[in-house]
Amino acid sequence: MAIGLAHYLAVAAILFTTGVFGIFLNRKNVIIIMMSIELMLLAVNINFVAFSVVLHDLAGQIFAMFVLTVAAAESAIGLAILVVYFRNRGTIEVEDIHMMRG
Amino acid sequence: MAIAAALVVFLPLLAAAIAGFFGRTIGDRFSQVVTCGALLAAMALGILVFRGILAQSGPQVVPIANWITAGGVDVDWSLRLDTLSGVMILVVTTVSAMVHIYSIGYMAHDPGIPRFMSYLSLFTFFMLMLVTANNFVQLFFGWEGVGLCSYLLIGFWYDRPSADAAAIKAFIVNRVGDFGFALGIFAVFVIFGSLDFDTVFGKAPAAVNTVMNFLGWQVPALTLACILLFVGAMGKSAQIGLHTWLPDAMEGPTPVSALIHAATMVTAGVYMVARLSPMFEYAPSALAFVGVIGGTTAVFAASVGMAQNDIKRVIAYSTCSQLGYMFFAAGVSAYAAAMFHLFTHAFFKALLFLAAGSVIHAMSGEQDMRRMGGLWRKIPITYAIMWIGSLSLAGIPFFSGFYSKDSILNAAWASGTAVGRYSYTLGVFTAFLTAFYSWRLLIMTFHGKTHADEETLHHVHESPWVMLAPLFVLAAGAIVAGYLAEEYFVGAGRGEFWQHAILVLPAHDSLAKAESLTGVILFLPLIAGVLGIATAYLCYSIEPDIPARLAMQYRALYLFLLNKWYFDELYDRLFVRTAFTLGDGLWKTGDGTIIDGFGPDGIAAATRELAREASRLQTGYVYHYAFAMLIGVVALVTWYLLPR
Amino acid sequence: MILQAIMFYLFAAIAVASGVMVVSAKNPVHSVLFLILAFFNAAGLFVLLGAEFLAMILVIVYVGAVAVLFLFVVMMLNVDFAELRGGFMRYLPIGALIGFILLAELLLVFGTWVIAPGVAGLAAAPLPAGGATVTNTRALGDLLYTRYLFAFQAAGLVLFVAMIGAIVLTLRQRVGVRRQSIPAQLARSRGEAVAVVKVALGAGAADAPGD
Repeated sequence: MAIGLAHYLAVAAILFTTGVFGIFLNRKNVIIIMMSIELMLLAVNINFVAFSVVLHDLAGQIFAMFVLTVAAAESAIGLAILVVYFRNRGTIEVEDIHMMRG
Repeated sequence: MAIAAALVVFLPLLAAAIAGFFGRTIGDRFSQVVTCGALLAAMALGILVFRGILAQSGPQVVPIANWITAGGVDVDWSLRLDTLSGVMILVVTTVSAMVHIYSIGYMAHDPGIPRFMSYLSLFTFFMLMLVTANNFVQLFFGWEGVGLCSYLLIGFWYDRPSADAAAIKAFIVNRVGDFGFALGIFAVFVIFGSLDFDTVFGKAPAAVNTVMNFLGWQVPALTLACILLFVGAMGKSAQIGLHTWLPDAMEGPTPVSALIHAATMVTAGVYMVARLSPMFEYAPSALAFVGVIGGTTAVFAASVGMAQNDIKRVIAYSTCSQLGYMFFAAGVSAYAAAMFHLFTHAFFKALLFLAAGSVIHAMSGEQDMRRMGGLWRKIPITYAIMWIGSLSLAGIPFFSGFYSKDSILNAAWASGTAVGRYSYTLGVFTAFLTAFYSWRLLIMTFHGKTHADEETLHHVHESPWVMLAPLFVLAAGAIVAGYLAEEYFVGAGRGEFWQHAILVLPAHDSLAKAESLTGVILFLPLIAGVLGIATAYLCYSIEPDIPARLAMQYRALYLFLLNKWYFDELYDRLFVRTAFTLGDGLWKTGDGTIIDGFGPDGIAAATRELAREASRLQTGYVYHYAFAMLIGVVALVTWYLLPR
Repeated sequence: MILQAIMFYLFAAIAVASGVMVVSAKNPVHSVLFLILAFFNAAGLFVLLGAEFLAMILVIVYVGAVAVLFLFVVMMLNVDFAELRGGFMRYLPIGALIGFILLAELLLVFGTWVIAPGVAGLAAAPLPAGGATVTNTRALGDLLYTRYLFAFQAAGLVLFVAMIGAIVLTLRQRVGVRRQSIPAQLARSRGEAVAVVKVALGAGAADAPGD
């Protein structure tokens, strides 16, 4: 069967859902959360590029590039925060990070 | 004369303002000087004004200022000068001036002298405003003002809880009367469309048959108005039903009792009825009501006064009883006699009070007669003064009370009406009781073996001259005022004297009828008085254990009298407890639970609860938040998907 | 055609599988490695689509930089093997429910959705007229440095800020480390460096001022 838009979108959807699952189903540590975020961004990128190709509109790919840039910046900062948090708390277990409890 | 009249009324106000606001700066002595000076000046000017009034032919109105002009209501500040107001001005200024001077000595050691003198002068101003009023509203203004000053003065020693309670009681009971008074004023306005005396009096004859709607019933309008106005007088003059405040008012200093609760404020009711005689004359049912109340009060108060042990309370009940006399005189249209008795009563009652004050002062504050006795040698002047006052009160010939009391009783009998005869009978019995309790007081206080302790007895001394001089002036009045004034007040010259200040319809003119009375009837009051004196001597001097035996034998009756016919207890259960329960209920349940519960407190508590519940969402775990976001996203997506 | 289909399914399957393994691997280092695998396969999907520049960028930036960063941090933090804590089971039903709802909806949309007819004229950045002669790189470059210049510079600024942020957050001043401070050395004056002490005969130099 010809590989059409829907296939790509399906793959992206599955990846996205997996990333979402990873955020709240994980009981291990915070790094998993960050990686799940990367997965979600990846899924979004696939979406953008797929649409861009189907609609013959390069704007999608440009945007995907920017998503990439921002994702990189965000993971850098996120990991820096994580490192400093680890220095202060000694743990990055998900269960132990609840200081914002109201 | 207009200026003199204005000065008479406003000098006391000025003195009150000075002593009241600047008392602390100018000091005690200067406050006393200012107020006494102003009052003495007012007294002198009052005499001038009175002479001027006698010289003129009709009432003179001195306008002061415009007050209210709104719709149909047009009232001015003005002074009405006619015989009635002239007499009252004389009485008020004289007694007030004497009381002011007396207070210099009596209150000499009090820390609040400027305040006291200021209140006394303020009261005088309000009283003068009341008696010179030319319309109902100014009358009411003065009426309320004297009530206020009464409250202030009864509660003068405000750190005493009993004084505070008495002051509030006086004010509230007065208020009940004032409510009736206000309703009366409204009724007058509804009937006549004006609140000006001259207008109302002019229209009164025509309004005899008007009927008005009151709470659903059709009642004769004039009678209703007069009865409502009289309710006000009942409150102010402590007639039966609204009398409970007067004995408790003795918590105030004795000069206050003398001025307010003997000579002036309590007589405002009598003055009002006399002033409104042009209205009352056309409402015979109202007059009958007045007469019945007056007669009943006279005997009620005298009976209670017999059993009291506090010297001031005896005199207070005596006042109440004598006011009853004045009212039942008015009830038989003998307004002139009522005013005459008011005139003489002011002198001898104030005298009695101030003399009692001297006794209390001499006994270092002791007021219970059972702890007095055997004082006549130590304070002879006070003793003599007390005798003069009591002789006048009991109606012994030549003393002033004799003339006024007799004219009242004669008029009551001569009127021929049922009310008149009823009042006469009670009046004669009251005369007996009056003489009895007056001599009981004299004997218990001054004679016999003393029951005072050594310490007090040692300090007993005659009052200083500053306290005795006013007593002499008042004593002079108590002796000669009746003899001198009888001709003009109730005698042949009364028509020319009163002119149109008092209206008496010829059919009701009981004083005229009294002139033709003959026989033993004329002497009954005197006989009753002498009997009373004799009984008192018997019970307290000759056989002193008679009272105790009688009290034990008729214990219930004795307690009934001692406890003032249980009026206070009745009112307490009926009104006071109910009011307190209602107030408590409304406060705790109404305000506290309901309004606060649904209002501020309730909303605050609900907000807090809501916030507490909402804060449980803040678990601190980021993945919980992400989960919540996800649920939101899914919900949004579902929402947009559904219609398709 | 058939090759494309096979390649697509291959890439897609491995990408999805790696995604699942990222989330469920016990060893965090394994998680990162699976993430890298997922990225590679996504790059392959991009090549299939014809966006080869983006695919290579993905490999260079995501795999080469971001994933390596993850590895560094994982290893630096010395994260332990974690057992599944008990709470997992508690959230599984509701989480699974929500997730599957989402997935179902997404697939539903993609299945029934059609491209609007007039969309061709709405292209924000239409493909260049040259067609196959222009490479993906060239086309993107033409667009990026002209129409989207501002966004490009802004992205650069974002990266700059991220860099500063990361340094500021994690920089530690070590206490007690002796470092050479040239300016301080050059600014030293004679007064601070040398002190002349009068020494008594036979006695030693006592505590110099400032010791």
